[in-house]
Amino acid sequence: MTQTELPELGYRSLLRYIWRQLTSMRTALILLMMMGIAAIPGSLIPQRVSNPIAVRDFFAADPERAEWYDRFSLFDVYGSSWFSAIYILLFISLIGCVLPRTVEHFRAMRAEPPATPRNLNRLEYHQIFEGAGNELTEATQWLKKNRFRIRQGQGDISAEKGYLRETGNLFFHLSLILILIGVGFGSLFGFRGEAIVNVGERFINVPTSYDSLTLGRLTSNSNTSPFVIEVNEFVATYNPRTNAATDYSMTVTTTDGDAVKEQLVKVNKPLTFGDTRVYLQANGYAPIVTVRDSTGSVVFQGPVTFLPQDGNLRSIGSIKVPDANPQVGFVASFLPTYERSENEGGISVYPELLRPKLLFSVWSGDLGLDSGVPQSVYRIDTTNMKNLGLGSLSVGETFQYPGGTITLEKIVPWVNLQVVDDPGKSYALFGGIAAILGLIFSLYGRRRRIWVRIIGTQVEVAGLSKNNAPGLDKEVAELVARLKGNA
Amino acid sequence: MDTSWAYISNYSIYVAMAIFALSFLAHAFETAFAVRSPKTADATEGTLLTKTLDYKRTEKAARVATVLMALGAVALALGVIARGLSNGHVPWGNMYEFSITGALAFVIAYLAALRKYDLRWLGLFISFSALLTLGTAITLLYRESTPLVPALNSTWLVIHVIAAIISGGIFLLANIVAGAYLYLENAESKGGRPAWAYRVPSIDVLDQLSYRLVAFVFPLWTFSVIAGAIWAEAAWGRYWGWDPKETWAFITWVAYAAYLHARVTVGWRGKRAAWLCIFAGSTFLFNYVYINIWGTGKHVYSGL
Repeated sequence: MTQTELPELGYRSLLRYIWRQLTSMRTALILLMMMGIAAIPGSLIPQRVSNPIAVRDFFAADPERAEWYDRFSLFDVYGSSWFSAIYILLFISLIGCVLPRTVEHFRAMRAEPPATPRNLNRLEYHQIFEGAGNELTEATQWLKKNRFRIRQGQGDISAEKGYLRETGNLFFHLSLILILIGVGFGSLFGFRGEAIVNVGERFINVPTSYDSLTLGRLTSNSNTSPFVIEVNEFVATYNPRTNAATDYSMTVTTTDGDAVKEQLVKVNKPLTFGDTRVYLQANGYAPIVTVRDSTGSVVFQGPVTFLPQDGNLRSIGSIKVPDANPQVGFVASFLPTYERSENEGGISVYPELLRPKLLFSVWSGDLGLDSGVPQSVYRIDTTNMKNLGLGSLSVGETFQYPGGTITLEKIVPWVNLQVVDDPGKSYALFGGIAAILGLIFSLYGRRRRIWVRIIGTQVEVAGLSKNNAPGLDKEVAELVARLKGNA
Repeated sequence: MDTSWAYISNYSIYVAMAIFALSFLAHAFETAFAVRSPKTADATEGTLLTKTLDYKRTEKAARVATVLMALGAVALALGVIARGLSNGHVPWGNMYEFSITGALAFVIAYLAALRKYDLRWLGLFISFSALLTLGTAITLLYRESTPLVPALNSTWLVIHVIAAIISGGIFLLANIVAGAYLYLENAESKGGRPAWAYRVPSIDVLDQLSYRLVAFVFPLWTFSVIAGAIWAEAAWGRYWGWDPKETWAFITWVAYAAYLHARVTVGWRGKRAAWLCIFAGSTFLFNYVYINIWGTGKHVYSGL
């Protein structure tokens, strides 16, 4: 064995080598497979974005394993650096793989089919028969009629058909790039926010209206259009047998610039303001209460949002009265259709307001609102407070506790609006449609060649189908029949 | 809600199961009794066995089996339609309803293909699969007929789910063919096919057939995923959210894309290709069974 000398790799040739490796089809395929495999853990391990409560439970159940998982971003797989790395490499590889092929294909489409090979007998469906002499013209006519591209040689014809297959193939891969661009564009320049709005109130699209707002990395705050949504009515319909919801409908009055419109929103029917859409995502109840101090003057009045805990909308919440002296808080649960259960106490047996009841414990002392530590609106930290007793209220009733009274005036539903701005989605959609079209041509298209040659008085015919596509045998037979029929 | 339609649906499905069981028996009879016992001991070996196989003897049984299959399909179709009438929506609201519709699509696909190709060698598998699917559906997955949850109440349910069901059925068919390929390839390399398999086409044909099935249905699967994305955008506010079912739909897509590349570009044939095909198909099954029943996320409508 002779010693081979490795050429010295300069900086530039090393880069070229890496680029060539990265953009080879093999690498693109491996990256695609890697992306498939990398997607698996996120479907089996709870993810922070979709299921934060399950992640919290995971941490509580097995803190050590959770720590390790977290080190590899296994709770944020689809936003992790390693997943992005695969995604970006695939993107580059795909571009590097497909663009040169597109240029090459474009050239090939304008070039003539390759010249007739010397030995036709090595090819498929080869046959020789006696001819009459006019076969080349006959064959040209037939091939033209069947839309083959033809190259006239010296006593032979070379014809090719089925460029649409490669066109479709490239179109498909270019569409994938377009989808990736759309996804990236949307996540960089879009935003997504949520806001709870009580029925009868209005939502104004400014950043401060949101309970939570996630901006894309390059989203500027100013490009949100300041539309206004006034929630007029919300109706939830339930199946009395299974208690499952059958329909949610919300009527709103929207103001967008000068356009004021009354609109109906459902789960599959969001509101649209340009690129921004508003979805009806969740709902619950907000009891309206009035709290008075011992002198009878109102220290708190208004709707309080309660958070649903189960399918029958048993909800928890807290009523905080910082203006009372001393401060008063109510740790409460709200039951739309109240029933007493032996084991669990007050429960709700139906999600509609059939027998609404507010159950609470009254606390007095320091609510801790000035401590600077952010607090949940649904809970009260009662460490610095004194329990004044338990109470329950139906609509219209008033409960008296040492230091004041609380009245349950009425109950309004609230809706959770999800506002999403995704400027990239139309690219992704267009890419998706184009991908299917490209795929159809690339999988069902057939690329094949046919040759005809005259040697003396004999006619020689042969064909070649790429990708083992069926049907060429019939085409060759038809051509031969035509040529012989004329002989 | 119309309970009498729900009863009709349930009874039709029981009737369909009984008919498929009879069809299965007829197919089994057809295959088993086509073998004539060899006259001499050495006649069992190699190609000689072919001569002792006589499908003419069991042609009647084969016809009966096919007629039963068609009758079973009619009963099942009645069951599926009655289920839809009982709750006023397309019968795809939970896993039970997916399963009965899927079984129907599977049997209809077989009967449609039968008009063109003599695929009766597959009948044994088809009747058995239909029976197994319906049995599992009615015993483990059965849920009372209810209206749709609001998120499913959309035209996209029809489009997205029908594309997914058809793709799934054909993926599974490709899997059966690839499995038959692997089994027969192994049997042939060890001396010969077992008697019942003489009617199955040559392994080269099976190899091509499983590829054709996948290549045929891959664009439809892509469409199903994209239709799902369009629907998700309208219902949930995002077209792609790495929900477990979406993730596995993507994994299935990637696996079949790899399979198509391996065949078309790299030139894989035979065993390796068949294994890859089966692997890709099992990602689909995993999605249907595991994610539906034990998974979490927005796509969990199995009602279990």
